[in-house]
Amino acid sequence: MAAATSTIEERAAEVVEEFELFDDWMGRYEHLIEQGKGLPALPDDYRTEAYQVRGCQSQVWVAAEPTDSGTIRFLADSDALITRGLAALLVRVLDDQPPEAVASSNLAFLDQIGMNEHLSPTRKNGLDAMVRRMKLYAESLAAV
Amino acid sequence: MQPVAPRLATRTFDVEQVRSEFPVLSRRIHDLPLVYLDNAATTQKPLTVLERIDAYYRSENANVHRGVHTLSQEATEAYESVRPTMQAFLGAGSAQEIVFTKGTTDAINVVAGSMSRGYFRKGDEILLTGMEHHSNIVPWQLAAEATGAVVKVVPVDDRGQLDVEAYQALLGPKTRMVAIVHVSNTLGTINPIRQMIADAHSMGIPVLVDGAQAVAHGPVNVQDLDCDFYCMSAHKVFGPTGTGVLYGKAEWLNQLPPYQGGGDMISAVSFERTTYNEIPHKFEAGTPNIAGVIGMGAAIDYLSEFDIADVQRHEHQLVAHATGELEALGGIRLIGTADQKTAVVSFLLDGLHPYDVASVIDRFGVAVRSGHHCTQPLMDQYRIPGTLRASFALYNTLDEVDRLVDAVRRARKFLS
Repeated sequence: MAAATSTIEERAAEVVEEFELFDDWMGRYEHLIEQGKGLPALPDDYRTEAYQVRGCQSQVWVAAEPTDSGTIRFLADSDALITRGLAALLVRVLDDQPPEAVASSNLAFLDQIGMNEHLSPTRKNGLDAMVRRMKLYAESLAAV
Repeated sequence: MQPVAPRLATRTFDVEQVRSEFPVLSRRIHDLPLVYLDNAATTQKPLTVLERIDAYYRSENANVHRGVHTLSQEATEAYESVRPTMQAFLGAGSAQEIVFTKGTTDAINVVAGSMSRGYFRKGDEILLTGMEHHSNIVPWQLAAEATGAVVKVVPVDDRGQLDVEAYQALLGPKTRMVAIVHVSNTLGTINPIRQMIADAHSMGIPVLVDGAQAVAHGPVNVQDLDCDFYCMSAHKVFGPTGTGVLYGKAEWLNQLPPYQGGGDMISAVSFERTTYNEIPHKFEAGTPNIAGVIGMGAAIDYLSEFDIADVQRHEHQLVAHATGELEALGGIRLIGTADQKTAVVSFLLDGLHPYDVASVIDRFGVAVRSGHHCTQPLMDQYRIPGTLRASFALYNTLDEVDRLVDAVRRARKFLS
């Protein structure tokens, strides 16, 4: 697997730029849902309790694998379209990055694209727990 | 709910007038007028409640039951005057049967926690139903864990009605407690609690009723129901959060040990032996939520201005209109179609996740709840991840129902 070609910050900036093309929420949501549709299918091995983040509102599955080049690979899915779209954005930005960079990443781009409300722990859609788990995976890999 | 002698209404029900008394209803969300249909989660507060709480803090604030100074006397009077208000509202036999709590959850915990100390024994059965809110499940599971008692569950049918025959069959010599929800927060089902209480009593078993979703939508009379305990929250009936009532028959409240220790609940304290205060104070340790209780009194005074039958008629219209219009959209699955229902419409759109639909209709200014509504066992039974729930209150209008239906239609178009 190739090493990261662009940093987390660069990828996040790219996402923000993309979302700026839409001047209303409908366009942004449509684009978000499209992102979710592009998320690679989660292998059945990962569609289990161990990889599930149960939210009150929607469920998220998230798994991580180390790559040969020392980066971290993320796989994710959700049962809701909007949550899956956000999971896809997180994977897009954090996938194949060095674990240290993931562990210390700042995900303010979700706020900049107007999606921060979905990341709130009070939203209980599993996304905030997904981010915590991605960072936890990264921290444990970085510590090895 | 069984009819009782109507309270004396002092005004006619006029929804537009009512709306003008709830300041938050004039808010705009995403630049559209707010349509607030999440009343089963919490209700909005009328001006009289806001002003009463404000006035208490501005000119009456002092601790209760302690000072001989004038301010403390006044605060105590204002606080204690809510007890007879709640007694009348719930139809209790005496004001000492009204225990102020943090809310319904707290009220259930008071009973379950107290019963864990000496009442439940190993092998005893606690009978719940499949449509209970987590707050009427977990406290009993904790009690069972602490005492070796066992939780049993009355099944719910596909329409969201309790299997009363199964309930009667589950009542047995080992049953020590029955805890049932009066009105389901997820389905809106009104349970036949009067009959269920009589059934339990015929075998000497006490009954606790979770009335959180009932009190804002119809008359409740605890003496008429003959329940042993009835729990409610102020915030679901136009009052502040963090306040509620545990009604308990005096014989039960006298018999149960205190739930929490602290100030105000004692008669005399020494390191050798402490004696407890009389009921209801025995169950009210520490400085209470004085402003909250006073606000709750104002909320009940507000609701009592209306003939509750007018409110019921109005809400029935809203539910009937919403049900009919949503069904007319097609591709809708209604969850909870019991014969006896209150102001809740729970539903799913075929092929769409409730979280997505709720997120999109929020953009149209419509507030509904999505999720499992703290009734996971019920969601598991229906094999669904959750529902969308529109829940109504006296200030909602038929136009708002139309806004909901239009938002649902547009959300489906957008998400499909």
